[in-house]
Amino acid sequence: MADKLHVSLVTPEKELYSGYVDQVIAPGSEGEFGVLVNHAPFMTTLAEGTVTIIDGAKTIQYQVRGGFADVNAEGITILAEHASEYGEDVGTVH
Amino acid sequence: MASLKDMRNQIGSVKATQKITKAMQMVAAAKLKRAQDAAENARPYAARMASVIANLAKGVGGDDAPKLLAGTGSTHNHLIVVSTADRGLCGGFNTQIARAAREHISALLAEGKNVRIITIGRKGYDQLKRQYADKIVQSFELAKVLNLDYAQPIADAILKEYEDGRADVVTLFFSQFKSVISQVPTAKPLIPAQVDETVADASGGAVYTYEPSEEDILETLLPRNLTVQILSSLLENNAGFYAAQMSAMDNATRNAGEMINALTLKYNRKRQAQITTELIEIIAGAEAL
Repeated sequence: MADKLHVSLVTPEKELYSGYVDQVIAPGSEGEFGVLVNHAPFMTTLAEGTVTIIDGAKTIQYQVRGGFADVNAEGITILAEHASEYGEDVGTVH
Repeated sequence: MASLKDMRNQIGSVKATQKITKAMQMVAAAKLKRAQDAAENARPYAARMASVIANLAKGVGGDDAPKLLAGTGSTHNHLIVVSTADRGLCGGFNTQIARAAREHISALLAEGKNVRIITIGRKGYDQLKRQYADKIVQSFELAKVLNLDYAQPIADAILKEYEDGRADVVTLFFSQFKSVISQVPTAKPLIPAQVDETVADASGGAVYTYEPSEEDILETLLPRNLTVQILSSLLENNAGFYAAQMSAMDNATRNAGEMINALTLKYNRKRQAQITTELIEIIAGAEAL
């Protein structure tokens, strides 16, 4: 699992997603950003938008509102005040 | 002397009570499961939040630290937030929280501090208003659904007290849900924010990049943290309440059972005594002829 990124998406109600994936794209308050494994430590507040979790050919999208993201050596943690899933396999990433 | 009919009625009424407590126990057990899940699901968020703030707090020290983190420097004005349940029939659950808060308040008053109180949950208000009616500034009743939207107005009320300079130190009293048989009344400092010094530095020594600046993030994070802390304490409280109610009702059901046994024994003795007396009267009457 060394070449995969650990992601956990947490809301006050429950942990929505936790696991190892290839890439996470999140809407930062100062612009959308993508995170791959071994990203430099980084923290930002989140704007309203879509968090995309990409693992192989599978893509999961969540609609999030309010919160922040914390990227560190362990992976990325997204703390969202409100989040809901768009539905799995929204599209295949080429 | 109670007649046989009176005793039959008494046994009947204890049986009816037992049915009610038994039903309440089962309802509480079902609700406990859900409340417990909610409390446990909320823990990762609160824990992550705390560790993120601890990380940030290390970087922002000294005079430019946000007031919510460092406090105002004064400890004269205290705001006590007492969080209890709305309903009773749960043993000493509400009383324990209120007692812990009352002890804290009287200690503060003895030191000549200024104390103001916000209550969450009707029972806490009822118990504290007798003694501190003039100090309660606001009271909230619990909602059916406990979520961030419910916790927000409470956090706003606390922040307003704080920003208007009527509170320097804010302490929250609630009951921590340890297990089904153990709920511990706890005091949690909300302002200044409690920073866990022992949180491991996850950055691995590398320098964090902040977007926007560290201060800006803390500014938005700290009020949010307040809301989340309140919500998590409400959820813990809720789980603790049902656990307390379940064991209280379990005790009540068992007591009712014992009472029914004792009463039934007494009833049977009396009935037999009566039959014996009747027999003696008949035999005595027959012999007299």
